Amino acid sequence: MIEVLLAPARVLVTKIGLDGHDRGSRIIAAYLRDAGMEVIYTNPWQAIDAVVALALEEDVDVIGISSLATDHLLVPKLMVALDAAGLGHVRVVVGGIVPDEDEADLLSAGVSKVFHPGAVREEIVSVVEQLAIAANNERPVD
Amino acid sequence: MSAVQDQAAEKSGLAVRLLAGQTAALARAISIVDRDGQAVSALLKAIEPHLGRAIVVGFTGPPGAGKSTLVNAFIAEMRGRGKTVAVAAVDPSSPITGGAVLGDRIRMAEHTMDPGVFIRSLASRGHLGGLSASAARVADLMDAAGFDVIVLETVGAGQSEVEMAEMADVRIVVSAPGLGDDVQAIKAGILEIADILVVNKSDLPLAKRTVGQLQAMLALRAPGDWKVPVLTTNAVDRTGLCDLADAVDRRAAARKMKGPRNALGGRTRRLLAQSVAKYAEHRVLNEANATIDAVVADLQQAEIGLDDAIAKILMQLCESQKNG
Repeated sequence: MIEVLLAPARVLVTKIGLDGHDRGSRIIAAYLRDAGMEVIYTNPWQAIDAVVALALEEDVDVIGISSLATDHLLVPKLMVALDAAGLGHVRVVVGGIVPDEDEADLLSAGVSKVFHPGAVREEIVSVVEQLAIAANNERPVD
Repeated sequence: MSAVQDQAAEKSGLAVRLLAGQTAALARAISIVDRDGQAVSALLKAIEPHLGRAIVVGFTGPPGAGKSTLVNAFIAEMRGRGKTVAVAAVDPSSPITGGAVLGDRIRMAEHTMDPGVFIRSLASRGHLGGLSASAARVADLMDAAGFDVIVLETVGAGQSEVEMAEMADVRIVVSAPGLGDDVQAIKAGILEIADILVVNKSDLPLAKRTVGQLQAMLALRAPGDWKVPVLTTNAVDRTGLCDLADAVDRRAAARKMKGPRNALGGRTRRLLAQSVAKYAEHRVLNEANATIDAVVADLQQAEIGLDDAIAKILMQLCESQKNG
């Protein structure tokens, strides 16, 4: 079990579905970068398969999905696809506009955390850092 | 089984899957060599006999010249020729926080779902020279995984990236018209290592003038056995890519005749030099040792010169290494 990371956390910050509002994901990418993490940043409109391929090639610890227009409803599908690709250890967080009644569904699908409007930098950074550590501890041994 | 053997066995399992070309194994192996301080010798030893097959192509040049977009077009051209391609794209880490936003692959999104293309973003992690400290090993891992062409894309400082010269079989320096002093930026150091000069964004009005400036610079150099071509590309509409790929193939063929790149020893030697320096640095900075303290004090008081001090430190490190 590790308690601190030996190298910077690697985080994929992306958006799935049809919503292109990427201001939020850019701000999050900058927050995580400024906290010393390595952020793989993509354009919005990613397909679920593409997110899985990116997570695999880049060997990320955490995926951050930004959703402002109901695309969070696609995240349970992403969780299944990640599991099928052997990436069950990768932690997924969702941030943006997620109605309270949907949050439980996301969490029970395996999402680690949902950030709502008003979440502050310190909280986001510290949660992502802890999740990266957890992902590293659960990463399958080769 | 001891912990060390255990780890070795684990690494060789990874090596087997890597050599079989499994994407997950390659991705994992890159993380392992990219993370400082990990015992990776078993993994590297296992892949050693399988190296030297791929062509390693380096792309460097000033920021905004269009390196990532050109790499994207180059991948498409090489895929069209039936070659598989792995890319290591390096972006700068913040010297303050160590963090990085790795965005090169945004320009290469069309290849995300192609199993014949592997793209990995690397952060420079404070390493100077345009690549990451792990870049040579990452290229080796991609080679071992069976990719035909390996592309190294540098951070794009454009001046001090001579390091690429020792890792790549073919070195491409990318420039673009209208970057102001771009020719100035690439002329010292970087021009000498170019096998191929590319003026990208060839649709811009000043493209011809940039080509002319580069040709004039080349004309001043002593002729060698390889004549450096100045090519023009437009990475967006993909013109000039066929010529570029042909030039890469010609250069690679000429290089291969001189033996596989590992036989030159350049990269291995550099890696060794870096590792020795790092080892010495760690010990001099962290070890509680009366002799080292005395050398530091003598140097500070100008009792001895720097050359003497270096010699004494090296002797001390060897001594305590033997005894320890």
